[in-house]
Amino acid sequence: MSTLAPTDEPRAVGDTRRAGRWVFITATVMLMAWVLVPIYLLFVNTLSSPSEVSGFPKTGLPSFDFASVEFFLSFSGVARALWNSVVVAVLTMVLSIGIGAPAGYALSRFDFPGKEVFRMVVVMTRAFPLPLLALPLAVMFIRVGLDDTALGLAFVHTVLALPFAVLITFSLFSGIPIELEEAAWTLGCNRLQAFIKVVMPLILPGLVASAVFAFTISWNEVFAAAVLTIENRTLTAFLVQSLNVSPLHLKFAGGTALVVPALIFIFAVRKYLFAMWGIANR
Amino acid sequence: MQSRFLPYMLLAPATLFLAVFFVYPFVQIGILAFSSGDGFTMGHIQTMASHWKFGTALWNTVLLTAIIVPIQLALALSMASIVTKLKTGRSTILFVFAIPLGLSDLAAGIIWLAIFEQSGFLNSMLAGLGVIEQPILFLGYQNMWVIFAAVVLAEIWRATAIMMVILVSGMGLIPKEYYEAAEVFGASPWKRFTKVTLPLLRPSLQTALILRTIAAFEVFAVVVALGGTTLPVLMGETYQWQFTMRDRNVAAAYAMVILGISIAATLVFLRLLRVPKEARL
Amino acid sequence: MTSRTRLLASAALAAPLMIGLAGTASAQLLFWSNQAAPIEETQAMREQVLSGFDGEVDFQPQETGPFITRIEAELEAGSGSIAVVGALHGELANYADDWVDLSGIDLSGITVAPAFLELGMLGTDEQKYLPWMQANYVMAANVQALEYLPEGYDINALSYDELVNWMRILAEETGSPKFGFPAGPQGLKHRFFQGFLLPSYAGSTVTNFRSEEAVAGWEMFRELWQYTNPASTNYGFLQEPLLAGDVWVGFDHVARLAEAFNQQPENFVAFPAPAGPMGRGFMPVLAGLAIPAHAPDIDASMALVQYMMQPETQVATLLATNFFPVTDAELPGDLPPSAQALGAAITAMTSGDDALPALLPVGLGDLGGQFNQVYIDAFERIILANQDIGQVLEEQANTLRSLMEQANAPCWLPDEPSEGPCPVD
Repeated sequence: MSTLAPTDEPRAVGDTRRAGRWVFITATVMLMAWVLVPIYLLFVNTLSSPSEVSGFPKTGLPSFDFASVEFFLSFSGVARALWNSVVVAVLTMVLSIGIGAPAGYALSRFDFPGKEVFRMVVVMTRAFPLPLLALPLAVMFIRVGLDDTALGLAFVHTVLALPFAVLITFSLFSGIPIELEEAAWTLGCNRLQAFIKVVMPLILPGLVASAVFAFTISWNEVFAAAVLTIENRTLTAFLVQSLNVSPLHLKFAGGTALVVPALIFIFAVRKYLFAMWGIANR
Repeated sequence: MQSRFLPYMLLAPATLFLAVFFVYPFVQIGILAFSSGDGFTMGHIQTMASHWKFGTALWNTVLLTAIIVPIQLALALSMASIVTKLKTGRSTILFVFAIPLGLSDLAAGIIWLAIFEQSGFLNSMLAGLGVIEQPILFLGYQNMWVIFAAVVLAEIWRATAIMMVILVSGMGLIPKEYYEAAEVFGASPWKRFTKVTLPLLRPSLQTALILRTIAAFEVFAVVVALGGTTLPVLMGETYQWQFTMRDRNVAAAYAMVILGISIAATLVFLRLLRVPKEARL
Repeated sequence: MTSRTRLLASAALAAPLMIGLAGTASAQLLFWSNQAAPIEETQAMREQVLSGFDGEVDFQPQETGPFITRIEAELEAGSGSIAVVGALHGELANYADDWVDLSGIDLSGITVAPAFLELGMLGTDEQKYLPWMQANYVMAANVQALEYLPEGYDINALSYDELVNWMRILAEETGSPKFGFPAGPQGLKHRFFQGFLLPSYAGSTVTNFRSEEAVAGWEMFRELWQYTNPASTNYGFLQEPLLAGDVWVGFDHVARLAEAFNQQPENFVAFPAPAGPMGRGFMPVLAGLAIPAHAPDIDASMALVQYMMQPETQVATLLATNFFPVTDAELPGDLPPSAQALGAAITAMTSGDDALPALLPVGLGDLGGQFNQVYIDAFERIILANQDIGQVLEEQANTLRSLMEQANAPCWLPDEPSEGPCPVD
């Protein structure tokens, strides 16, 4: 460091900018490596033979041994479970946005008695351990016939996703000046029209983002899925039921099976994640 | 007047839904925590509090949260700033940053186990660099702080993305004109960040902090993957009482504790980051 | 919103809703189990054991949490889809009132071990569950470790003191502790204390829980722990550290050692658990099959249970899970290396002169989990937290006593029979 001891002279503007740029690029690369390297290591383990997985030291390079992967794919019912997962996740997404967004709008635009209580209750749902709630819910579902249906499970996942939907839409709506809406009213729009024509386009990307949350929450949820579905098992529940007690190499293969669909899904909606940024360019 | 009822109408679907699928089962659990065969009792709370692991579990949970959440906030803010500033490769980088969003805590636990276990990648790397000859046992019960650090790393890795995406959407809503104005007045990037971005980001910050803190109180799968029962946390004890010891009452009592500290934290954030209606954009 | 997106949105909403509501009605029998959960065993159960059944079976192994929650939910709701439950004795004992009497199942030509049938009655006069498969715990060692075995020691007749000495030599000579113990969250550590350590030292699991002899046993274990790989607190299945070479000698459930023997049969040997002053304590593992009273089709469930008891099925189950038959099924000559090595070790352990069988807990009902926790807590406090042995045992003994009184459970082997709840001195 001593060789680079800074002088008190102010640096030239170009210098600072270049240095800033360098810091910026380094930070970006490091943050990307921070996210990607652990996932890469998981893939390495998945594509290694069982003896390499328990061996030491590891090379950090895959040997492209597909035994564990093949074993997983040969497990009967994977395709069906995948489909069930998608169905449940889409239902969760639709339900949580459909129910959550109006609530988020109400919280951001109105002051009314009970507002804080409502917010607290919504947040509380996240603060309660689901494994305990699963039992009363399962009993209720068996009694009313929702047991082992995608819809029933989606209801439970919606409880988990709803706070996100409500609070995220709340902060999104709060970020849109009410004057915009008021301007539309003065131009002869009624409340609904103003909402659809003015607020919706602004909010849509953020809405997609919170829908993505809902999707991934449902996608990754294990406990309720394991208790509430039997024939219509979701992929996570299907894989996870045996992962904890399986040998290491299968654990890693299972981990990959959990990760890859999520990667693909986020990749598929990246345009919308990107579109959120687009609002700032308006 | 229509608009007096409008907010309630907008809230009705969510309220109904929560009443059926959350409040109803929740009340049943609440009753479990405070009742025995013959009425009200504090016995389950006492059983819980007098168990030798309770204090440690509570302390570990709170400490983990107190360490993880601030680091995540800083990291998420940097990531969000990077994403909003980028000119090229924006969507790729946002995608990469957002990847952990789609990962379950179970998968994250498995991934970090591959790194920290005795024949794992960290030891392999250290051996490759010649730093060590024998693999070190990182996750042993004697090295509680290593397990603790590993959990912190894994949690930061896994759950920062969610804060980032909330903050990115929030930053997207800040009108560009504010920055332009600030630039005209010669504000440095850091000044622009602290004087424009942060204050205007308040609603999103509040949301991100509340959701993340509550989730941090429920840390479980990652802890089990990395430290087994060596590092007791509240959620792990709940699970233990519910399924291993099969005492649903004490498990319910633990749930009440988690709920209690979550409410406390939420109230703190609501107050600290209050979003006054007049002060909005 | 354009009309096209609106159309898309409503289609997206409607399609899954319809699928979501269409519940499936199938004639599959749901076999709900917490055994054979490791993926490879599950696969083998489905493909090699259950494929021969005349009818479709959906074998679903589960983690304990969802496993229990589902059973309780169905019991509470009064209806359900589980056809057959496969679980350990202790878990089945929790719901004695909810199982169908299985004594009507035709088992002609099959001899089931009478002691196991007796356990399956759960203290009632009905056959609450039928024994399904059994296992035991043994020691396994890497052949490298045998080079350090002191002169005059016989691994088939070791005492705990000899084991400690051997492990001390091993640790000193190789530079690191080489003993392994499954003390992880998925590990079966409590069975070691209940069925091996305490019976061998105190001749008792419950009554002499805090006797001087028990203290001596814990002191021995504390010494052994010095030569134990500290990563043991993460081990669920000892086969992995054995294969990785992190552990050279260890104690575990046979099904959790099997992979080591199957992958590298020439590198490992199996031998009986050591003996203490009172004998060679050991505890069998017994899994059973029960049918919930609300099963959709009880006759079909009975047929499945009957199928599981057939000699060929019992042998196929051994190959799939490394659990041994509970019947007199004849074993084929070409067993896999794991079954050969582990089976021989079990025989040596259970048939020796000093054999001291400890039975699985009887009559604890749903307090079985808390019973186990008494031993786990003792371990964590004495060994991991290094607390005073006498003090810990005294406190844990109080918990144990109140559990026994609450359950009103009389003593079981190796404790002396008792009138009323099993005493804790």
